[in-house]
Amino acid sequence: MPAVRGDGMRGLAVFISDIRNCKSKEAEVKRINKELANIRSKFKGDKTLDGYQKKKYVCKLLFIFLLGHDIDFGHMEAVNLLSSNKYTEKQIGYLFISVLVNTNSDLIKLIVQSIKNDLGSRNPVHVNLALQCIANIGSKEMADAFGSDIPKLLVSGETMDVVKQSAALCLLRLFRTTQEIIPGGEWTSRIIHLLNDQHMGVVTAACSLIEALVKKNPDEYKGCVSLAVSRLSRIVTASYTDLQDYTYYFVPAPWLSVKLLRLLQHYPPPDDPGVRGRLNECLDTILNKAQEPPKSKKVQHSNAKNAVLFEAISIIIHSDSEPNLLVRACNQLGQFLSHRETNLRYLALETMCLLATSEFSHEAVKKHQETVINALKTERDVSVRQRAVDLLYAMCDRSNAEEIVQEMLNYLETADYSIREEMVLKVAILAEKYAQDYTWYVDVILNLIRIAGDYVSEEVWYRVIQIVVNREDVQGYAAKTVFEALQAPACHENMVKVGGYILGEFGNLIAGDTRSAPAVQFQLLHSKYHLCSAATRALLLTTYIKFINLFPEIKSQIQDVLKSNSNLRSSDAELQQRASEYLHLSVTTTTDVLATVLEEMPPFTEKESSILAVLKKKSGRMSAQEAQREARVQAREGNAAPATEKAQNAQLKTKPSSNAAFPIPQLNNSTSADLLGLSTPPATQNSIQSNTGVLVDVLGDLYGGGGTNTHNGTTTPASLSMSGATDNIKKFVCKNNGVLYENDIIQIGIKSEFRQNLGRIGVFYGNKTSMPLQAFNPTVSVGPGQQGKVTVQVKPVEPSIDAGAQVQQLVNCECIEDFNGLPDLTVGFTYGNVPQRLALHLPLSCNKFFEPTDMNGESFFARWKNLSGPLQEAQKIFKATGPMETASIKTKLLGFGMQLLEGIDPNPENFVCAAIIHTRTQQIGCLLRLEPNRQAEMYRLTIRASKESTAQILADLLAEQF
Amino acid sequence: MMQFMLLFSRQGKLRLQKWYEAHPDKVKKKITRELISTILARKPKMSSFLEWKDLKIVYKRYASLYFCCAIEQQDNELLTLEVIHRYVELLDKYFGSVCELDIIFNFEKAYFMLDELMVGGEVCETSKKNVLKAIAAQDLLQEEEAEDDAMYYGGYNIRML
Repeated sequence: MPAVRGDGMRGLAVFISDIRNCKSKEAEVKRINKELANIRSKFKGDKTLDGYQKKKYVCKLLFIFLLGHDIDFGHMEAVNLLSSNKYTEKQIGYLFISVLVNTNSDLIKLIVQSIKNDLGSRNPVHVNLALQCIANIGSKEMADAFGSDIPKLLVSGETMDVVKQSAALCLLRLFRTTQEIIPGGEWTSRIIHLLNDQHMGVVTAACSLIEALVKKNPDEYKGCVSLAVSRLSRIVTASYTDLQDYTYYFVPAPWLSVKLLRLLQHYPPPDDPGVRGRLNECLDTILNKAQEPPKSKKVQHSNAKNAVLFEAISIIIHSDSEPNLLVRACNQLGQFLSHRETNLRYLALETMCLLATSEFSHEAVKKHQETVINALKTERDVSVRQRAVDLLYAMCDRSNAEEIVQEMLNYLETADYSIREEMVLKVAILAEKYAQDYTWYVDVILNLIRIAGDYVSEEVWYRVIQIVVNREDVQGYAAKTVFEALQAPACHENMVKVGGYILGEFGNLIAGDTRSAPAVQFQLLHSKYHLCSAATRALLLTTYIKFINLFPEIKSQIQDVLKSNSNLRSSDAELQQRASEYLHLSVTTTTDVLATVLEEMPPFTEKESSILAVLKKKSGRMSAQEAQREARVQAREGNAAPATEKAQNAQLKTKPSSNAAFPIPQLNNSTSADLLGLSTPPATQNSIQSNTGVLVDVLGDLYGGGGTNTHNGTTTPASLSMSGATDNIKKFVCKNNGVLYENDIIQIGIKSEFRQNLGRIGVFYGNKTSMPLQAFNPTVSVGPGQQGKVTVQVKPVEPSIDAGAQVQQLVNCECIEDFNGLPDLTVGFTYGNVPQRLALHLPLSCNKFFEPTDMNGESFFARWKNLSGPLQEAQKIFKATGPMETASIKTKLLGFGMQLLEGIDPNPENFVCAAIIHTRTQQIGCLLRLEPNRQAEMYRLTIRASKESTAQILADLLAEQF
Repeated sequence: MMQFMLLFSRQGKLRLQKWYEAHPDKVKKKITRELISTILARKPKMSSFLEWKDLKIVYKRYASLYFCCAIEQQDNELLTLEVIHRYVELLDKYFGSVCELDIIFNFEKAYFMLDELMVGGEVCETSKKNVLKAIAAQDLLQEEEAEDDAMYYGGYNIRML
């Protein structure tokens, strides 16, 4: 038994020894049960337990808990210990509570009372114990009870430094529980000024608090930027002896440095040139230090130094405004790519992914392509290889796509099972995105199926079919290639599916060659039939009926197959139905009818690849795999459920192009329903219908995510009727004024005006009821798509709205750079004692900062040609959701904010527009062309913009409007 | 913000757990089990970081004991390794060449020390001197209280020499 420090508790040490000496699990359990019985009887019976004994038993219980046993008593004794006047007893009481009590409501009141006493103690160690306990539990009750005391403690001149440190972090914890507890006004500057405190420990603790506050309200805490920069500058330029014990292995205050750099990442680069210059100097110095020889060989030295370096690189990437620093950061990371420390290689790969997305450093990152590919081949740690895959994906562009895709395919052959699925998705996306020649794309996808067929999800093979159907130039090649792939003696079932579908549509294109004559194609497919699952067989049956149309010469052969008992009397209802319906179709109809019903598939609606949605879902960190699984279950249900299919068929029936009178017109369409039904991202299945693929990506979680509730903008308790709630947010892309939201209680109207990069939005809240709305608190916050790119300043409003009254709230906003999505507008209030919360969005989209620009045809076309970079253009082809009237299209385009240029497009049906987006940092020129196709009820929208990414944002916004 | 810290042995026995985010016991046990088996399966030369759900795991082995922290996406991995190291240094200084047994027998001290270093999942005091000073002050109180007890019991245990 090792020495026990301090007074120790002999009984505890003996008990621990006993447990350790137990030879078996059973013996241990027996010993524990004996002890538990003993403690229970002591707590119950013996009234004369003194503090020491109570402490000892509580400690034993803690130990038993740490061994993994459940503890269901002793809480009361622990709470009693809190009020002991002996520090050690109090301390053990607090320990037990912080480890074992989560939010056991019966006790919380008692605990809160004890904490209150200790907070008021004159002994700082007691105060600290209380603060640490609050920080550990951090429940709402505690926020309510101490929310006003702790800020005072934090800024008081009389508080000792150690207490201030705990108080800062305690307050942070409570703030995370209840955002309202932080007082505003003069407190703001007092809290910010903690960054100037003499005691480094106080600054370190306060910095975490300030970061959290800044995240919530960047404008209010803006003052911290210059203080943080000067503090950082003092640390960075300090010699390692200056900061004494806050120097860690020759690195001055690494923790504080990292926290300060983190804090600064919540703001754009400082406006004040002096502050900005100083910050850049700091970053420069940190990059320089990385090149100096190490002051110690210890790993602690290099870790601490590099921790600061990575944080500095992170802020450089975040600002994305200093090309020189970005390139230096990239070179530094390049060195780490071949460092002997695995940790550094891991982090370098991870951070470079971010650099690859900046236009300034994308090219510099590409220089390391070979090293990264090498990492993929040689790294022994799968998590490092995963990072290499991520980076290759991020650095891929048109110039290196073929090589990167090839390397990823090579790696896939031996890749760890855990990352195969994600890799397949990535390869599929890259191949589609950067294909200059679609034969290459088809080859890549078929290779994917060959190499990793099990990991090729439905989305991937649906997509290749969509593309082949839509591109005439690749159909013959695809048919030839799948035919060859199917020759392999063992080919994956996904290959059979793709092959079946493509040959059914385009088998005729290769039928001229005797080696792939109709009968040969049919034999080849049918040789796989018996090895396949029912779903695949169903698909093949459709291929067969299509063959009857394409190749009348093998009709009887196919009819034999349809007639066979295994199909016509299949135990699988779907197979049975298809076999009998197809058989009838082939027997009873004329070739003309047959040709109409079984005509080639029409092109699919172009939309963003559904694979991308899947990948996003997958890499959305929280239980990615579960989400994926769920998505696939949903997708499969959508496929399998006959109801869905029938509904779709019913819809098709009503269309004039389909033969409504015909007895079995669904046949052809049932496969198309499979494809169409599933190709929409599953996340949005039950919300907004049209063009869902687009919507998900533009508006982030606006309609998806939080379930159908958020769609209506309400998450109210069921008790209150919120019928007839309407959320008009979508309409505001093309207008500035109107009713944003309305339900039975409240109406929210918007009046907004924009000039250059500034805007003012008036939000009007009208109380429709005969009772006042209390605790009225609307808040606006920017989401991830807008963080640092747009600022919103919200004027506070009165906390109540009288019956029938209306209040106005002003929101000032500024566009810093182009941004995605809309800020959140959360409106909280109580109506008749029922708390209400409306989760809405502020109608502040990127296009609001447009200034219409007039120009003639010549300069329009010259500019159009100039903007030909791959990311400068975004194109969308989509179905019209409303009538395609010229007047309403014009109104929308004008409302969108662009200048309508008449008489420029040679085709008078088309519309062209021009405008400039004003941001704080730059002006982005934007050109637009909209081509309606009234016959097909489709639009093609093309937008070009001088800044990459902007075109896509705008296209996504506008495509929603037609 | 650090979400939790776990100390466990090479045999997979949990020695200390500190949760900065509240979870039901069942969830805690599940997380602990999963992480212990994941980390024990990793080879020595592998990186000290891994992605786990939406968190980043940072771990390091000291002798027979693994120290494992879960941090959030924006937190700094390398510096978390050094939080672990600073903690080990503190334990080492306090116990004098700390070993797993010291932590088993004095788990409460290990907790107290961690509470000085980290509060609410954030680093509070990084100075070794200051943390040890705080712990020494606690020990002093403890000894004074023990003496008081001795007096109370009639002075029989007062040392004669």
